[in-house]
Order: sequence, then structure tokens, then C-alpha cells
Amino acid sequence: MANKLIELAGITKSYGDKTILDEMDLFMNENRFLTLLGPSGCGKTTTLRIIGGFEMPDSGKVLFEGRDITNTPPNGRPFNTVFQKYALFTHMNIEENIAFGLKIKNKPKNYINDKVKYALKLVNLDGYEKRMPDSLSGGQQQRIAIARAIVNEPRVLLLDEPLGALDLKLRQDMQYELIRLKNELGITFIYVTHDQEEALTMSDTIVVMNKGYIQQIGTPEDIYNEPQNAFVADFIGDSNIINGIMIEDKLVEILGTKFQCVDEGFGNNKPVDVVVRPEDIVLTKPGKGIIDGRVVSAIFKGVHYEMEVEACGFDWLVHSTVLVEPGTEAGLWIDPFNIQIMNKPESEDEEIFIEE
Amino acid sequence: MKKLGSRLLAGPYLIWMVLFTIIPLCLILYNAFTTFEGRFTIENVMAITDYVNAKPLLLSLNMSLVVTLICFVLSFPLALVLSKYSKNKNSIIVMVFILPMWMNFMLRTLAWRLILLNNGFLNKGLGIFGFNPVYLMNTKAAVILGTAYDYFPFMLLPIYNALVKIDKDVINAAKDLGATSFIILKRIMLPLSLPGIVSGITMVFVPSMSEFVIADMLGGNKVYLIGNVIEQAFNSGYADVHLGSGLSLSLMGLIIISMVIYKFFDKGEGGHGIW
Amino acid sequence: MVNGIKKTAEKVYLVIILLLLYIPIALLVISSFNASERNKAVWGGFTFKAYAELIQDEIVMGALYNTLLLAGGASLIATILGTLVCIGMINMKKRSKSFIMGVTQIPLLNSDIVTGISLMLLFTRFADLSFVTMLVAHVTFIIPYVVLSVQPKVLQLNLSTYEAALDLGASHLYAMWKVIIPEIMPGILSGFLLAFTMSLDDFSVTYFTKAPGLNTMSTMINAEYRKGIQTEIYALSTIVFIIVLFVLFIINRRSEKAYKQREESGVAL
Repeated sequence: MANKLIELAGITKSYGDKTILDEMDLFMNENRFLTLLGPSGCGKTTTLRIIGGFEMPDSGKVLFEGRDITNTPPNGRPFNTVFQKYALFTHMNIEENIAFGLKIKNKPKNYINDKVKYALKLVNLDGYEKRMPDSLSGGQQQRIAIARAIVNEPRVLLLDEPLGALDLKLRQDMQYELIRLKNELGITFIYVTHDQEEALTMSDTIVVMNKGYIQQIGTPEDIYNEPQNAFVADFIGDSNIINGIMIEDKLVEILGTKFQCVDEGFGNNKPVDVVVRPEDIVLTKPGKGIIDGRVVSAIFKGVHYEMEVEACGFDWLVHSTVLVEPGTEAGLWIDPFNIQIMNKPESEDEEIFIEE
Repeated sequence: MKKLGSRLLAGPYLIWMVLFTIIPLCLILYNAFTTFEGRFTIENVMAITDYVNAKPLLLSLNMSLVVTLICFVLSFPLALVLSKYSKNKNSIIVMVFILPMWMNFMLRTLAWRLILLNNGFLNKGLGIFGFNPVYLMNTKAAVILGTAYDYFPFMLLPIYNALVKIDKDVINAAKDLGATSFIILKRIMLPLSLPGIVSGITMVFVPSMSEFVIADMLGGNKVYLIGNVIEQAFNSGYADVHLGSGLSLSLMGLIIISMVIYKFFDKGEGGHGIW
Repeated sequence: MVNGIKKTAEKVYLVIILLLLYIPIALLVISSFNASERNKAVWGGFTFKAYAELIQDEIVMGALYNTLLLAGGASLIATILGTLVCIGMINMKKRSKSFIMGVTQIPLLNSDIVTGISLMLLFTRFADLSFVTMLVAHVTFIIPYVVLSVQPKVLQLNLSTYEAALDLGASHLYAMWKVIIPEIMPGILSGFLLAFTMSLDDFSVTYFTKAPGLNTMSTMINAEYRKGIQTEIYALSTIVFIIVLFVLFIINRRSEKAYKQREESGVAL
């Protein structure tokens, strides 16, 4: 197993009477693109700021390569941060912004010039040295903020929802840029976002958070195909989540019908949550599927048709490139492999910790 | 909005300002360049160079600079500390420091008389600790103290407002890039608060140049400023409207020159309010 | 470790400045209750005598009355004129706007002596000095404060609400009254407050444009402070201080409430 680069142990943080993080444990390995993903208020930004040193945890430790850096201020940690609103120094030009960290380290003039040129080239903004931040567009400012951070060769780059203010096309372009940067620079990225598509696109590892607790940790495929609980299933991609009863291994009863599935170890006759992705439901002729139903509505989404099918008292969401007209009777068939069983949560917030 | 509407709305204001700002200034101009008989002359305007007038002018200049310096040196660190602890612009801590401003300044200057009089509180306090009494009343120091006390909030507020506007993440970014507190102060906070500093200096230096009441109350007849000169030119037995206008014009000219020098340093956010 | 020292130093500095600012005022308040006539540094016993004399003193109460009347009236007029001109500037050309803003700056840049003297020259040419001349003078030098308070709010205005009102059939006047004014109200109120304060606190302009016999607080103090009614003035200061404290407290309470309301209805971090 790769060595732990950063470890958070028992981090607790409250603001007034709101507890943001409660005894959180997390570790990260080197040279990965790790994303903290979750809805607003789940604690992901707080976690990032604690790693960066801009917030102090009420209790718990932050460790870097085994060393306790909990009390080290930001200017003593080998990390650099890209802030959500860029936080560029508006009274300095681009060159001075990027060179800021290097000048503090008393690097020689030639070195600084070369590094600034290199950084600008890396973010595709050659020649912008003398411009002022106010004269740049949002996307350009974002890239300058990234350049300013990476030019200091940090071990870890922390990014706080950096693409939030950009339009869709630009965001997608920047996502590829960031992946390319990570591979070229070979440093660890810790990325915070609420956008699950972004997380799925860029990450090596995703940490899904809700209300201060870690819900699941895994690769994008793991998170998407095998969500561990209803929250993750619902937050990532579209899903059909239904109450079910696990009869025995590899057999689950949903809405009165027994379905074959591939999960085991959930016990006998236990209530469980079942999740099926819309693109995994196949519509056939009535009688040819496992259950029967009727198509209620259909919307053309470009990539696929999104159809709502009423079957056995449940509104199923179905994605298909083939249109079935609303009003038509249809049969639903699901491959056992695509039925995902999850434990019901014991409370609203559940912490699950998976080793990589 | 229709053109007529705009003219109608702005009209009353413009009429008022022309009547009561521009015309009166023209009157001063006129009086400055004429004599008692009505002939044209520049001797009123040149009167500022006479020793009897130049001395108070230089004294005013000197003292205003000292007052501005004191206000700045005391209020800048205070503004720094306050901006760190404020959650929103109207935090109660700031109100507490601004509160004295809302008490009539004559009353506050009276308080300084209580303190600085030879048998006043200051000497009483010094006596308790075994120090010799100081005779500060009717000295330049007293006037400087009183003026600085009066104008302190006018320096504090603009600087505080400018500092509070700085995005906290910009400071975090500087820390993130390795800056120490000193570097952050020198390279981030000072440059970004410069408009506020210029505003504060303007609001202290310009008015204190023409102060004469505080000089009366705390300096007696010993401290004679240009404001006193002009006031006497209009109100005393030696009233000479023309001389007074000439001196006023010179004072205005000096102020305009200082303003121009300052606008040079001000990056200028046109249309900004005071607060 | 270093952090701790820094924080203590900061707090100490705050306290020192606070003391420097408030000790003079505190001395005023204490002295108002001091029975010693001549030297307040000597404690002569606690008494309310000054307060009793204050209420009966015509000079002082008259000055107080004038001050409030003047400040209130001048602020009202100034606020109306200033607000109107700001609204009028909404659709003006850049050049006209600059001209108006330039004229607005003149009283601010001039020392108050010059403002007072120039107005006195104007008034004495055509009429006697009276309450009206004082009022006019006050309006003139406080108007810029109104404009500078209202203008930023006007600049931040979202004109589409005004256009929506017109679209729904409102007349220009109705739309202005129902849409624009409420939105810039915070600026209008703070402008009024600022103007009121500057009028209350003024000496120089009042000094040169006042009618003989009519006094504001400032000119009254200037005339009387060497005479025997000092303690009454200290009593006045105490009352003023308490009122100011009270007003500030209320303002702070209201803005805190508004802030909390915004926080609760906003998105959590």
C-alpha cells in the first residue's frame, strides 16, 4: 500500500452550535487526484481549509508524512491553495502575482522569471505577464490562480471549487487541463466540489461527504456502480431507490416480486435499500420482462430518452436511446448484475470507512 | 427616464448650489482682488506672504501635519485590529470607537480644558503618582492634542472601511504562498487600503488647516493660526473684508494644491461615498 | 505561542485607545455631578444642581432648541434636494454627471471658514442675518454628505425593477415613488443621519452666518464657556452622551436583526 501522505485523525470542528465535522478520520496517498464531494454544508470546504491551515480543528490532528502539522500556520505547510474566488492580488500584475511566493523564498531573479514563464505556458496564458487581474476573464483569472499556486512546487495542491463560476464549456475544458496538469507535475491534488460529474471525470478517488460524515470512499466506478447507501446512490447520477427485502443471498424481493441479484452477505429476510441505475433498465414487450408497467412520460435529452414508467406502484426512471411512447404497456427487465443492494442507514448520518 | 424628468429633479439642487456655493465663492474672489475703493489689486492675495500672515500659516501647516500624523499612527493599527475582529460592517466594536464623533466637538474640547488646566485632572493624576505638574494649557501641544482627539474618528473610519473590504481569502492566499504577517501588511494590506488612507488624510488635514476654535479654547491667545487671522479679518474691530478674502483665497489655493498632490496618489474610485 | 502574545498586544492596544477616547468624556460626566464650582479636579460632593440649573437656563435651552430645529430642518431640505438630484443623475450623460459631482465636492473641499465667510458675504449684501440665513448655510454645506450617501445606492440600483413597473402601467412618478425610493432608502436614511450629525456638530459656518442673539449649541458654548455656567454645560454633555449612546444602540440592534434575518434565509455555508 502506498504510504499515507496526509492523514486527518479525529477532526472535530464546530461553528457556534453547529457541528460541521465530528471525529473525522481520513487519509490520502501520494500522487492521486482526490475529490471531496458533497452538497452545500457537508463540511468538504471546512475539511480542505483545515488541511490548508486556514481553520484550526477544535480537536484532532493533521499529519503530513507522519509529522503533526496541526499547529503549523499555512505559510509553513508544503501545500498551496487555489481559492474559490481566485483571491488574486488586484493591485499587482500577473507576473507579480505568480512570483509572489517565489520572491518570499528569496529565489534569484532569473529563476523567478523562468518559473513565471513556465507557469504561464503551462496554463496557456503566455505573454500575460504585465496584464492586471481585473482585465482578465473569469476563466483566465482561474488559470492565473492555479499558476500562482503550482509555481511553488507544492507537494499537495488544494482546490476549493475552482470551476464554480465558469460556464459549462469552459468548465469542461478546465477539467481536462487540471488532469493534464496533475499528470505533468506529478503532485497530489485535493479537490472540493459539489458537482458529481466533475468528480467522476477527474478523480482517482472520491470521498463522498454529507453533514460532516464520510459516506463512501472509492474510485469513480465504485462510487457510481456500487453505492454503499441511499445517499450516495441518490447524489451520484440518477437512480431508482426502492425498499426491498433481502430474502437470502442473491435473491431480493422488491414490490412483491423476487429479483435475482449478485450481492450476498446481507442476511435473510432483512430490509434493505435497492438501487438500479436508469440506464440499466431494459424495456421490452409486456410479459417478456420481470415486471410489467406503463410508460407515463418521455423527454428527449439528446444523449438518451428519459422515460418515466409506472410499474408495481413505483415510478421507475428509465434511460434509453430507444423511445417507447407514453401510454404504451411495457415489460421491465434488469440484469441481476445491475441490482445494487445497500444497507439501510441506522441514522441519517452514517460513517463508512473503506480501505483502498 | 425622460430628459425633462432628469432636469426637473436635478434642477433645484443645481440652482441651490449655484446660488449658495458658486456665487459666494465669486464674491470672495471679487473682494480679494479689490480694495476698499473698488480698484483692482493683488495686494490682498499677496498678503499671505507678509510675515504677520505667513507665520500663522506655517504654524497651521506644521500643526496640521503633526495632527494628521498622530491620527494616522494611532488609527491604522486600530483599524487593522478592528477589521480582523469584525463580522460585518456594523459591528458594535467599531460603533464604540466612532461614538465620540457624534458628540459635539466643542463639548469634547471642553473636556480637554478640564484635563489640561494647570489645576486640572492631568496634573492631579500626575501628582498622585508623584510626578511634577506639567503646564500644557495654552500651548501648541494642547491644541495639537485637542485637534487630534477631535479628528481621530475621521481618520479611523475610511481606513477601517477600506481594510474590511479586502477579501479574507486574498490574505489567506498570501499566507498560503508563504508570507509572514509583516509581508502581508507591507505588500497586501497597505497597498489595498491606500484609497482609505488617502481619504482619511484628506478628511483630517484639510479641515485642521483652518481650525481656529480649538486654538482659542486650548491655546488662548498664545496659539495664533491662519484660521484665527482670517476670523479676525472679518469679525474684529480691525475687520477688513478685502484682506480677509485675499487670505481666504490663498488658503483655498493651498488646499487645492495639496488636494491635487493627493489625487495623484489616489487610484480613484469615482463616485464612492464617504462611508 | 507567538500568536498568543500578538492577540494580547492587540487587545491591550484596543483598551488603551478606548481609554484615551473615553476618559475625557467620562471626566465631563463626572464633573457634571461635582459640586465644586471652580476647580473640578477637586471633588466637592455629589449634586444634581447643574442639571436643575440647566433646564431653567434660557440661554442654554434656547441654543439647544435652535440647534435641533436647524439640524432637523436643514437635513430634511438637504435630503430632499440631494436625493432628487441623485435620481435625476441616473440617466444623465457622463459630462453632466461629472459637473454635478464636481459642484458637490466644492463645499467639502473648502474649509468651513471659507464656506461660512462666503455665505456671510452673500447674505449681508442682500439681507440681514437671521435664522433663515443659518438654515440656508447649513443646507448648503451638508447637502454633499447626502449626495455622497445616496449616490452609491443609486449606482447599485437594478433599473429593471423600475422598467418592470413601467411595463405594468405605472407612471414615472408612481414608479419612482414605489420602486426607486424604497430601494435606495438605506442610503437616504444614512444620508439624513450624516447630514443631521454634521449640522449638529458645526461651528464655523454657524459662527459667520448667525443672527446676533441666535445661538446654536456650538456658538453658545463658544460664547459662554469662560463664564460661570460651565457645570451646566457639562450636564448638557452628559445628557447628549446618553442620547447618543441610546441612538447608536438602537441602530446597532436594528442592523443586527436585519443581518440575522439575512443569515437565516440565506444558504448555509
